[in-house]
Amino acid sequence: MSLSPGDITAIWLTLKLSALVTCLLLIISTPIAWWLARTQSWLKAPINAIVAMPLVLPPTVLGFYLLIFLGPDGTLGSLLNELGMSPLPFSFKGLVVASMIYSLPFVVQPIQNSFAAMGNRPLEVAATLRASPWNRFVYVALPLAKPGYLSAAILGFAHTVGEFGVVLMIGGNIQGETRVLSVQIYDHVEALEYGQAHFLSLIMVAFAFCVLALLYALQKRGKNTVIESAF
Amino acid sequence: MLCKNAEKIPSSKVLSKMTDLKIRLTKNNTAHFSLNIDLRLPNHGVTAIFGRSGSGKTTLLRCIAGLEKSEFGEVSLNGDVWQNTMTWLPPHKRPIGYVFQEASLFPHLSAKENLEFAIKRANTKQTIIDYEEIVTLMGIKPLLAKYPNQLSGGERQRIAIARALLIQPKVLLMDEPLSALDESLKQDILPYLEALCRRVQIPILYISHSIDEIIRLADYLVILDNGKVIDQGRTQKILGKLPTPLLQSQDASVLISGTITEKHKEWGLSKVSFSHHHMMIKSSEEKIGDTMRLRVKSRDVSISLSNEDNSSILNRLAVVIDDLVKDDQDPSMMMVRMLAGDTPILANITALSADKLNLKKGKNVIAQIKSAAVLR
Repeated sequence: MSLSPGDITAIWLTLKLSALVTCLLLIISTPIAWWLARTQSWLKAPINAIVAMPLVLPPTVLGFYLLIFLGPDGTLGSLLNELGMSPLPFSFKGLVVASMIYSLPFVVQPIQNSFAAMGNRPLEVAATLRASPWNRFVYVALPLAKPGYLSAAILGFAHTVGEFGVVLMIGGNIQGETRVLSVQIYDHVEALEYGQAHFLSLIMVAFAFCVLALLYALQKRGKNTVIESAF
Repeated sequence: MLCKNAEKIPSSKVLSKMTDLKIRLTKNNTAHFSLNIDLRLPNHGVTAIFGRSGSGKTTLLRCIAGLEKSEFGEVSLNGDVWQNTMTWLPPHKRPIGYVFQEASLFPHLSAKENLEFAIKRANTKQTIIDYEEIVTLMGIKPLLAKYPNQLSGGERQRIAIARALLIQPKVLLMDEPLSALDESLKQDILPYLEALCRRVQIPILYISHSIDEIIRLADYLVILDNGKVIDQGRTQKILGKLPTPLLQSQDASVLISGTITEKHKEWGLSKVSFSHHHMMIKSSEEKIGDTMRLRVKSRDVSISLSNEDNSSILNRLAVVIDDLVKDDQDPSMMMVRMLAGDTPILANITALSADKLNLKKGKNVIAQIKSAAVLR
């Protein structure tokens, strides 16, 4: 049993999507997590809820709304259309946008937890040592939140690798564009190619195990636990 | 308590320098607590801010540092305004060093990197103390390669103090730096603090609720209660005042500051002279001419009417009774304030004895101080 060219394309696409989504999420989650960890605004609860929604919503619901919203008749879709941009649904870009929303809580929450866990004291200490707010963030808050970033990256990546429902709704099934690993497995099963499906599924099982083993190994080593800051 | 801590400032100088650190603050934290402060502090030496927990000490220090905002505030050092109705400098723009109550080292940096964090951001216009000297003074050379979680509480606090000074501040703020340490660790750190206070030429604001630390370190004392300054002045003067409601809880004591005038090798004793009076203390490495600080606890002082030489008590001072106050908590006891020249001495005696001896204001008596009460 070996991987078909279609399988390899699907694996490569999945890795590309997950890596890109993780990088983008780490960047946009930082200000969100910082604000959520430190604000006392009444907006904290509703924003927290919005960020956490993908945890409870069925991926198909999320995908459905994104399809409507980003489609040529949707609010954002028509705006993008007027700006002369290609429509997002059924494209790799659309998949990136959808995956970012889908995996957002898995990246925001670990970072938010480690910002909250460090408290205000290290930042106050840095302030009395003449560190400006930006300086405090870069040289104190970020290094102290490292375990949170590590688990955010691992969880965000792994969760994006495993998505299916959202992809199917908004990405469809276009080889090399939106056909990721989970969709490829689905196709194999549909075509009764159980051998191929087994092989790819086994890769996913092994991947999931490795990711979790890595998380727990990091937890054992570090003092600020990765898992704890993840959940 | 006896320290070789030289008195840094003669009293006349304190008065003339008193305008240098100005603090006026009003802050309403909650319905139950408000801070209302108007202080002018000397810009030399150690000013202790003393008060019970909840009296507003930490809030005051945080407002001076800019870590908390107050509704109304004017803070200036030597004419440089940090805060008034028009200005509010954020903490990182104020020339302060701050030592927090608990160890506050950055856990992701080694001890040396913690110090370098300050050095990189230090005020380059002035040098209070250089790296080599503070490392030697605080005895932290062997600790530099270690990380905070490998250090004891006392070691961490010594590094935190060194770090606060390496920012080259114009004023050092210390918020009960020893309170998180156990008693033996405190005794380990105090000599380092004494050395530091003698060495640096910047004003130090030192929050404490320990009489022991105040007697050892403070030149000037501010007593805070319920967010207000209820007394301030030279440590010696404030400690000798009656009544001393805040001090009663922990062995009311006075501070005697004098000079070594004689050493008696055969008895192992040294003579300390102050305002035409003398006391004998146990000798140590001190030299003739050194300035000493002695702590005399009121419960170690007894009163006699005549100077008959039939007592084992060595230190017998001819004093004048200045005031007598009944102890609020214990009606059987009285606090007697006496003056040896201009040095106040407190004696805690029973009300019965006071009545038997017919002690009155203005009466000449002998204050008997056990030598043992003069501690190192």
